[in-house]
Amino acid sequence: MTDNNRRRLLKGLLASGGLLTLTGCDKLSRSDWFVDTLRSSEKLSNFAQHAITPRKAMAKEFTRADISPIHRPNGSTNGSGQEYQRLAANNFADYALRVDGLVKNPARLSLNDLKALPSRTQITRHDCVEGWSVIGEWTGAKLSAVLEQVQPLPSARYLVFHCADSYGSTGSRYYESIDMEDAYHPQTLLAYGLNGETLPTANGAPLRLRVERQLGYKMAKFIMAIEVVENFEDIEGGNGGFWEDRGYAWYAGI
Amino acid sequence: MKNSKAHTRTLYRHGLPMRITHWANALCLFFLLLSGLQIFNAHPHLYWGSVSDFDSPWLSMGAHRTEAGEMVGHTRLFGWELNTTGVLGLSSDANGDPQVRGFPSWLTIPSGRWLAMGRNWHFFFAWLLVINASLFFVWAVASGHLKKLIPTREDWRSFGSSVISHIKLQHPAGEEATRYNILQKLAYLITIFGLGALIVITGLCMSPRMDTVMGGVLEVLGGRQSARSIHFLIACSFVLFVFVHLFEVVVTGPLNNLRSMITGNFRYQTDTPDKHEKESHHDG
Repeated sequence: MTDNNRRRLLKGLLASGGLLTLTGCDKLSRSDWFVDTLRSSEKLSNFAQHAITPRKAMAKEFTRADISPIHRPNGSTNGSGQEYQRLAANNFADYALRVDGLVKNPARLSLNDLKALPSRTQITRHDCVEGWSVIGEWTGAKLSAVLEQVQPLPSARYLVFHCADSYGSTGSRYYESIDMEDAYHPQTLLAYGLNGETLPTANGAPLRLRVERQLGYKMAKFIMAIEVVENFEDIEGGNGGFWEDRGYAWYAGI
Repeated sequence: MKNSKAHTRTLYRHGLPMRITHWANALCLFFLLLSGLQIFNAHPHLYWGSVSDFDSPWLSMGAHRTEAGEMVGHTRLFGWELNTTGVLGLSSDANGDPQVRGFPSWLTIPSGRWLAMGRNWHFFFAWLLVINASLFFVWAVASGHLKKLIPTREDWRSFGSSVISHIKLQHPAGEEATRYNILQKLAYLITIFGLGALIVITGLCMSPRMDTVMGGVLEVLGGRQSARSIHFLIACSFVLFVFVHLFEVVVTGPLNNLRSMITGNFRYQTDTPDKHEKESHHDG
């Protein structure tokens, strides 16, 4: 390498070093092509985690002694809208979960219907995307039992959960989606109880999702309806969830 | 120069795979660290155990108002409280407005509070780091580079004198400078194979999906929140490593070191001329 070449190389390195300052990073964070490149790693993580861990691998279950004194709620701590308030005022006696979409037998399930389904109680760790964790004892109907009743069609690929809460000032309703693998997982519950009591409002009364192998934002609270779909491109922002529409990964396994 | 006994010799010291993986690694660590601080800022408190005992983090950053009504940024470490206004807990954003946040905007990617984007950066470069480290490892084993890093018996015997000469900033000149000394060997081995492996493992321990098969590791580490704390501490130790590394680069001939990591060529002085090696008499 000649001195000239060497000088040019050094200059190039310094220039690209300048480009890569934090201002540059902020600009890159707002460019579609770059963010798409960064987000390609989400698919890789999803693929690798599914390759390494068995389909039915179970999340660790803890003992009663491990339960956190307070199960810190995050996001919305109450449902919104007149319908939800009316249902809450009556202790959800008139509540009925709507399950429809690509199913043979659409259903409306009251809390009593849900409590009559095969249930599970599990003491698991809840991991927030922000980094903190709490442990709680969840009781709920197995989502697989609900699916056995409604019979998804062969084209069904995702479950979309429509919720009664709207977070922040956006006014749009919370929603989430999971795939069939997680939907049929034995620890995936439609929970109506926390720590031996009726599910508190702040934690998503009357019904919230537990998907124990993903982060907290996947576990929709205040669930009003479950829609079985082939894809979620036409729902809300098209990314499969409230936070997903705001830039978070659809697969929240890490 | 021709009359003196000193000869400048050029050694092709660092092969291309080494140079590429070195700079790729530096790039990854830079982005991982700064995006990691963005992620840390989403909840700037660290705990030991499986869960967050919100009342007793061992490290916590935040801000509070004094009786005089002034906002103060604080960092609490094991019950000690330090006023860290301006840097940790409370710092100015790009517009100069004070903001309650863990690390300041000039230390995070992106600069503003944007967890989702910080995660995008972090996981992309985490994968790049793992791929890069795997390539380095395969090359290091196959090329015999790894052997050069394993301390020999003589190395261990020189431990004490090596520590002293490092403290005195006396560095081997001549041919000896082309070989790794015991402290270098230990620093590289511990950082790459110890801390490097552990930061990936503790990162994976924060994944609820990976935790289904990593129960034993979590048990040893003490739980998910312990893993998060250890992940943070190792990141700090990487920063320390980089500072020491750059310091040694500077005190042992910054241009020669930098060149050897760009072109591979390392120059050193020797008094025994060797016909087989190419000599260079200009000063570059």
